[in-house]
Amino acid sequence: MQFKDYYQTLGVARDATADDIKKAFRKLARKYHPDLSKEPGAEARMKEVNEANAVLSDPEKRAAYDALGRGYQPGQDFRPPPDWDANFEFSGPGFGGAEAADFSDFFAELFGRMGARPREGGFGRREARGEDHHAKIVLDIEDAWRGAARQISLRVPRTDAAGRVVLDTRTLDVRIPKGVREGQLIRLAGQGSPGLGGGPAGDLLLEVHFHPHSHFRASGRDLLVDLPVAPWEAALGSVIPVALPDGGTLKVRIPAGAQSGRQLVVRGKGIPGNPPGDLELTVRVVLPPADTARAKELYETMARDLKFDPRAASGG
Amino acid sequence: MREEDALIGAQLEDACLTLDELSRACAAPPDWVIEHVREGLLPVAGESPSAWRFGSRDLLRARQMLRFERDFDAVPELAALVADLFEELHELRAQLRRAGFE
Repeated sequence: MQFKDYYQTLGVARDATADDIKKAFRKLARKYHPDLSKEPGAEARMKEVNEANAVLSDPEKRAAYDALGRGYQPGQDFRPPPDWDANFEFSGPGFGGAEAADFSDFFAELFGRMGARPREGGFGRREARGEDHHAKIVLDIEDAWRGAARQISLRVPRTDAAGRVVLDTRTLDVRIPKGVREGQLIRLAGQGSPGLGGGPAGDLLLEVHFHPHSHFRASGRDLLVDLPVAPWEAALGSVIPVALPDGGTLKVRIPAGAQSGRQLVVRGKGIPGNPPGDLELTVRVVLPPADTARAKELYETMARDLKFDPRAASGG
Repeated sequence: MREEDALIGAQLEDACLTLDELSRACAAPPDWVIEHVREGLLPVAGESPSAWRFGSRDLLRARQMLRFERDFDAVPELAALVADLFEELHELRAQLRRAGFE
């Protein structure tokens, strides 16, 4: 196991004050905020920053870390001596629950023996439900029609026979039902943190996201797609086959005179559900290239015979 | 994977989480949720706490506000304001995706 230099992670000196640490953490929490950061690996960096802050902002954990880590360099092979923490009295929040899943083995090795405590505190080993865990799952948009089977690997804290919290990697085979939509939560009952004192386990909540698709976009349960049409299909009206993510094909009538950008809605043909979403088609008129003598002649004929001014309405 | 071994995920629909379920899912005491609903910082469907129902978006918002309050010592109103801005950001990004720009 490699030694982690939490001071280096937060960019503070070893004698930094609690205020310095708080400021450094906030600066990095802003820099690596997962919704905004353009930095590569921002989410992973944010987890490291959270872990470093969890140790250095807690005086007891920081003192223990300082005592143990003296003389170690970042990345150096590290193994804490047995009972190294015998002289430390940890009274702060224990190690366990949802946050533990994001922390490293190094953290678990150091602070695992603090044990997972019920969040409410109190005396003795009272019964408490395990915490819920959160994870993201990225699916293909087609999975919303057919459902999906995925293997998910999770790091889950477990209290061993000695009362010490260790991190297990657990692989779950999960079936995602059809009809899911972007941002929706999928609940896997009992797959979160184990309960304490005989309490029930928490749940695992998966937040659904879709991979970008070359043709389709989703908005809630509505399915959005551009529909390229030839000028004569738009001008004269036509019936055009549209391939759907479920593998089927839908024939869509384009009304005569449809302009580029016009939206056509087919009710109930979006992502399945109760109610199902709509299929929203946006007409995109695509011009054939004038790259042959015949094509140029046709365009010239239209220019001559149609007397069409596309800027007439705008006064241009 | 053997079909019978797979865990079946349950879809959480809009307005489906009770007060207890929401507070468990975001690891906050129910009083935190009640206070934020009463101050108008967390939207909810239903009249009284026992009838309140929250959806996926409310849970994401609650978790986000908790992080702002914890990480930046933000007062609840500021955390809610930032959450409002993030929701606006996500909505605008969704519109960009709808328009095929992302």
